[in-house]
Amino acid sequence: MRHDHLITTKQLSRTDIGTVLDRAAEIDADPAAFADRHAGTLLGLLFFEPSTRTKMSFETAMKRLGGDVVDMGSVESSSVKKGESLADTVRVIEGYVDGLVLRHPRQGSAKMSGEYVDVPLLNAGDGAGHHPTQTLLDLYTIRENAGLDDLTIGIMGDLKYGRTVHSLAHALTNFDARQHFISPESLKLPRSVRYDLHEEGASVREHTDLEAVLPDLDVLYVTRIQRERFPDENEYRAIAGEYQIDAETLSAAKEDLTVMHPLPRVDEIAADVDDTDHATYFEQAHNGVPVRMALLDLLLGDSE
Amino acid sequence: MSDHELRVSKIRSGTVIDHIPGGQALNVLAILDIDGSGGEEVSIGMNVPSDRLGRKDIVKVEGRELSQDEVDVLSLIAPDATINIVRDYDVVDKHRLERPSHVSGVLECPNRNCISTDDEPIDSKFEVLPDGVRCEYCETIIREDIPDHIRSA
Ligand SMILES: [Zn+2]
Repeated sequence: MRHDHLITTKQLSRTDIGTVLDRAAEIDADPAAFADRHAGTLLGLLFFEPSTRTKMSFETAMKRLGGDVVDMGSVESSSVKKGESLADTVRVIEGYVDGLVLRHPRQGSAKMSGEYVDVPLLNAGDGAGHHPTQTLLDLYTIRENAGLDDLTIGIMGDLKYGRTVHSLAHALTNFDARQHFISPESLKLPRSVRYDLHEEGASVREHTDLEAVLPDLDVLYVTRIQRERFPDENEYRAIAGEYQIDAETLSAAKEDLTVMHPLPRVDEIAADVDDTDHATYFEQAHNGVPVRMALLDLLLGDSE
Repeated sequence: MSDHELRVSKIRSGTVIDHIPGGQALNVLAILDIDGSGGEEVSIGMNVPSDRLGRKDIVKVEGRELSQDEVDVLSLIAPDATINIVRDYDVVDKHRLERPSHVSGVLECPNRNCISTDDEPIDSKFEVLPDGVRCEYCETIIREDIPDHIRSA
């Protein structure tokens, strides 16, 4: 893998993805072998919006490789609040560290920042844009549970604003995957993602309800429908309810269906799914560390 | 020069942009950042009958030749336009527009959550697609009403 930055999954080939997942598997099998690999390496965490899970997993990953992290603290207390541009911020912090992780509410923020810095920059979420490191851990989880070839996957929920969905959909075009997108009409995939999938010749179907496709699925990837996407509470309740699953819903699914969720769930997956063999979301969250270790290991170069 | 073109007065030196789709002349002026306040001498023909387009617009600008950036954006709203460079009442160069692969700094991204709309030291950048343009930062695709997104408009 030879990239300076990781901005979107569109830049990743099938080989690149395989390289990361294989390295993650190596790390998973023998974490001790990687413990001092990046001693002295310093990673800068620039989180312009909160994300406990992503931030902590990067922090853990860097420390498990023997390196350390520096953190800009909360946006409220930083110079950003005083109006410094993002371009200036990344140029300054670049001078302190060996790599940068950026989470920012604006789409395109990672791409722009990448134009200003020479140290590797990893996009940890740019608005409704991309979230490539999440996708790599999703792919790792899918590979472990269902395999990445001859895959039928359902991706359900907020497909319009869900950056993890956009990144995953792009990445899956590298594999023999049939993608079914299930969402309310108002939260369908954005035009730009559909454009790319079409250009890639991906096998894509869109649906408004899960029922018809559920029996075919190997993986069901559930995302949250957020209250703030709807002008009125009742409309939200009516729609969100249709995209919640429980153990009963899944009785119509294949026995080995893998259920995933990229974020802390609220009520889109009922607690009774946890006790079924379908539940893979906790394992998925755990995979964040080895996969981010693999990425950092590959992108931060050899300090062995 | 055809009869129709004579409806608009000849210019001494400058640029004649012909075969603009009917009704787009004012958008062409917007692209050229001409609003009259700069004192340029400008002639406009709107909805002039045309064999090729049915109705076309013509814009003649005295004393001004176009930059490549301007020509690039013109091609997005007036793909069939011809550019005539006039010196001493003679057309010294005449060419059709070519669609560029990218345009920079001239369109504004309609996505208010796009980093290019923030106060950052970057120009907007758009990739030109066969049927529209696409922001290189947030990837938003614009197909209709491209002139509405011209920065100076
Ligand atoms: Zn944009």
